[in-house]
Amino acid sequence: MEHFLLRHLDIADINDINIYKQNGGFESLKKAVTIMQPQQVTDEVKASGLRGRGGAGFPTGVKWSFLPNNIWPHYVVCNADESEPGTFKDREIMERNPFQFLEGVALACYAVGANEGYIYLRGEFLHVQEYLDKCIGEMEAAGALGEKLFGTSYNLKLKTHLGAGAYICGEETALLESIEGKRGQPRVRPPFPAVVGLYGKPTVINNVETLTNLPFIVEKGAAWYRTLGTEKSPGVKVISLSGNVNKPGNYELQLGTTFRELIYTHGGGIPDGRKVKGIMPAGASSSIIRVDDSTFDTVMDTPMDYENVQNIGSLLGSASVIIIDDSHDMDWVINKTVHFFKHESCGKCTPCRDGNYWMLNIVERIHEGHGSQKDLTLLKSVANQVNGKCLCALGDFSTMAVSSALERFPEDFDKKVKA
Amino acid sequence: MSLKEKYSEEVNAIFAKYENKRSAVMPLLYLAQREGGYVTKESMAEIAEMLEIETTEVASIVGFYSLYHDEKAGKYRMQVCADLPCALRGADKFLESLCQNLGVKVGETTSDGLVTVESVMCLAGCDKAPMFQLQEGDRVTYHENMTVDRTMELVEALKAAGKEVK
Repeated sequence: MEHFLLRHLDIADINDINIYKQNGGFESLKKAVTIMQPQQVTDEVKASGLRGRGGAGFPTGVKWSFLPNNIWPHYVVCNADESEPGTFKDREIMERNPFQFLEGVALACYAVGANEGYIYLRGEFLHVQEYLDKCIGEMEAAGALGEKLFGTSYNLKLKTHLGAGAYICGEETALLESIEGKRGQPRVRPPFPAVVGLYGKPTVINNVETLTNLPFIVEKGAAWYRTLGTEKSPGVKVISLSGNVNKPGNYELQLGTTFRELIYTHGGGIPDGRKVKGIMPAGASSSIIRVDDSTFDTVMDTPMDYENVQNIGSLLGSASVIIIDDSHDMDWVINKTVHFFKHESCGKCTPCRDGNYWMLNIVERIHEGHGSQKDLTLLKSVANQVNGKCLCALGDFSTMAVSSALERFPEDFDKKVKA
Repeated sequence: MSLKEKYSEEVNAIFAKYENKRSAVMPLLYLAQREGGYVTKESMAEIAEMLEIETTEVASIVGFYSLYHDEKAGKYRMQVCADLPCALRGADKFLESLCQNLGVKVGETTSDGLVTVESVMCLAGCDKAPMFQLQEGDRVTYHENMTVDRTMELVEALKAAGKEVK
């Protein structure tokens, strides 16, 4: 199948601005800026059914329409903080297909009337920042960014901003705080960023992959986009496949592709003749799907879209599918995830900050073989007291693997603890 | 020498980039870290003064983000990802064996002051584990699909490069 996002797999040097232009590059932006009204771009994206690819799956066009028309300026901020364990798709898009991504950022800016767009990159992506800065310079020289675009009165400037290592900055309000030069701690909502965002102004925040879809949607139209994927989850999705598979990597597939096709056709199956034991479809933040002989076919035949993954007890999120084989026990798995969230909790909300401290304490005790049945009950109770009680989703995320592992893999814990 | 004196052009460029002065804090902190690999108290005070905020606030930002440091370590920080996806592909064993080869524990620096080994959170290189990033001053570089042997070769190369410069 033709690739629409990982386009470098079809055209290896699509990261060369001339090759990009020869393949229709910047035509969508030109079309939008010269013959479409901003509202028409928004309407097209709304009609396409594109949903945010950063994890939440919120309809992109709808998100844009929340910006008030009586408060200016408007900002577009691209979330390129990609830090979820198991997610590495945005990095590949930016490294290999940068101009389509930047054209997407520009289209979003035009649609919401922003003259300035920020790209917030995690600090570890210094090489990506330097690369994008170079690409932005080339686009300015080519007239695809800057003053009076394509002979119109529309001006657009894009800037990159580098974080410095903090998972929480992928949360949109923490990200805004970080651009404003503060510690990345989430804001209380409402007000939402659509009304009070960057520097107090209306702001749209979209993920890298979401924005990279836009040039094709504007070029080919919403009806075409809807021929891909499923009715409720249209389009293609870059799935990051990692863990115990023969061929880990990014795979661009239509939404609704089954786990079986991902893992066995594209991922080449499980190494060393092992069996799948658990799947985390949304990285470390997911509830772990149990796979055993009785559930194998049901799970493998589940289409990966926002609705169906929920039906088997997890979430698609950013589609960072981690495969865990049967050589691992779940007390080890949640020891890893809780360790991550304890480190990444920003410290603002007590349930998350203290809850993760205590969860780690208990999980380590269990993992080291010093735990008791009481610890299992206590762990469950702490997770319940974190879930749903924090300003942002990090607290909830930290409990997903813990609660699901305890509930769905009780044998792994029973054999570890004393009676 | 102050940051303003040492990097005047870069400091000006940073301020020109942002409409809001305070947004300059993160790029300024990277600049402050360039030479010694950590942000000194003097640099924090200078940045605070430039941005008209309290030094404590600058310090709290240094403390919040993992890529800023307020203490000296090895010339290179070798930051190995040992999160779940990497661990499923052997990152724990890699880290353990790397430490043995370097004669250090996680968090420690080699006796020649060259490398500090750290265990860090996900670096978005899950399909290329074992992997680590090398932080030196304000630079980070990725090293993916690594083996202990290749890492030791890299350490030798860094050692040799350091001697040449001297």
